[in-house]
Amino acid sequence: MEVLILAILVGLAVAAVRARDLMASVAILGGYSLMMALLWCQMNALDVGFTEAAVGAGISTVLMLAALGRIGRREVGPTRAPLLRLPLLTMQQRLRRARHLSRQHHRSSAWGAILVCVLVGGALLYGTRDIPQVGASDSPANRAGSLAEYYVTKAPEEVGPANMVTSVLGDYRGYDTMGETVVIFTAALCVLMLLRQARVRRGDERDA
Amino acid sequence: MRETPSLIVRYVARRAVPFIQLYALYVLGHGEDGPGGGFQGGVIFASSFVLLALAYGWGQGRKHVPEKLFDLLAPAGCLLYAGIGFVALLVGGAFLQYEAFVGEGADHATKHHAHHFGLIGIELGVMLTVTASMVILFFEMSRPDEEGAFGDGASQEDVEALHDGSAATEEAPDA
Repeated sequence: MEVLILAILVGLAVAAVRARDLMASVAILGGYSLMMALLWCQMNALDVGFTEAAVGAGISTVLMLAALGRIGRREVGPTRAPLLRLPLLTMQQRLRRARHLSRQHHRSSAWGAILVCVLVGGALLYGTRDIPQVGASDSPANRAGSLAEYYVTKAPEEVGPANMVTSVLGDYRGYDTMGETVVIFTAALCVLMLLRQARVRRGDERDA
Repeated sequence: MRETPSLIVRYVARRAVPFIQLYALYVLGHGEDGPGGGFQGGVIFASSFVLLALAYGWGQGRKHVPEKLFDLLAPAGCLLYAGIGFVALLVGGAFLQYEAFVGEGADHATKHHAHHFGLIGIELGVMLTVTASMVILFFEMSRPDEEGAFGDGASQEDVEALHDGSAATEEAPDA
C-alpha cells in the first residue's frame, strides 16, 4: 500500500514539473497533497493527514490559483515535447532535441546541477541507513523513559483529552503552537503590507 | 470580471456554505476527542468564504467578508491565545499553565476542567487567526486589478491553452 502511494507520488511530482500549463501543475500538486494525506493516515498520523488534506490539498491550491491569476498561467521558456510522445521519437530526433536543449542552457551549469543532485541524493540515501524503522520499539523516540512514553502514559490523566495530539499541541507544547499561530498571522500581515498597501499607494497616485 | 458560473453552481455553493461552516465548528469542538482542532477548523471555515467568492465572483464574495472585521480578527486570535497565557501568569502560574486557573489544592476533575477551558480558548484563538488570515490571503491575492489580472486577461490565455492542449493530444501530423 505504501509502495503504491509512493509510486503515485513520484508520478505526480514528475507530471507537475513537466506540465507546461501552470494551472495543471497546481491541480497536480493538489493531488500530490491528497496522496500525502493518505500516506500520513497510513502511518496513523490522523491529525497530520487531516491538516495536509485541508491545508495542502485545499486552501493552498486555491491560493496558488489566485497567485496564477496575477502572473499568468503559461510557463515561459523553451518548448518541450509532451511526455507521451517521447518514446515515439527516433534516436536521431532525441539527440537533436537534447542538443537543442543543451544549447539553450549553459552546458557546464547543467553538469554542475547533476553533480550536486547525485552527491546530495547519495548522502541522503546513505543517511537513511541509520534511520530506525517506523514504529520500531528501540528507536530513540519510543525507548523506555523517552518523552513519547511520558506523553502516552500521562497525557490522558494529566490533561484529559482523549486525543493525545491535542494535549501535546495545546498544553505541553502550548508555547510552540502560539508561535505557529503568530506565523500564520505574519503571513496575512505580509500580504496586507505588500499587496494592499501597494494598491492604496497606486490609488493615491492616480487621484493626485 | 469573467461571467459568474451557472445558476446550479451558485445555488449549490450557497446551500453548502452553512454546512461547511458547521463542519468547521465540529472539527474545532472535537479536536480533543479526535483529529482536528483550531487550525484545521479555521482552514475549513475560511474555505466556505472562498467557495462563495468562486461561485459569485470576487465582489459578491467580498460583501460577505467585511474587510475591517477580518483585519481585526486575525490579531484578535493571537491576542486571545497570548491573553490566556498572561491570565495564567496573573493568577500565579506559569505562562499558559491552565492548572493555575483553579489553584494548587483543586481536585483532579477540576484540574481537567481548567485544562479543558484553556485548550478550548487557545483553539478558538488559533481558529480566529487562521480563518481571518486565510480569507485575507485569498481575497488580497485574487483581487481583480484595474488591469484585470484575475478576470479579463485570463480569457484569451484560456483559449490559447485549449488550442495547445488539443494540438498536443491529437498528434497533429505536421508537428
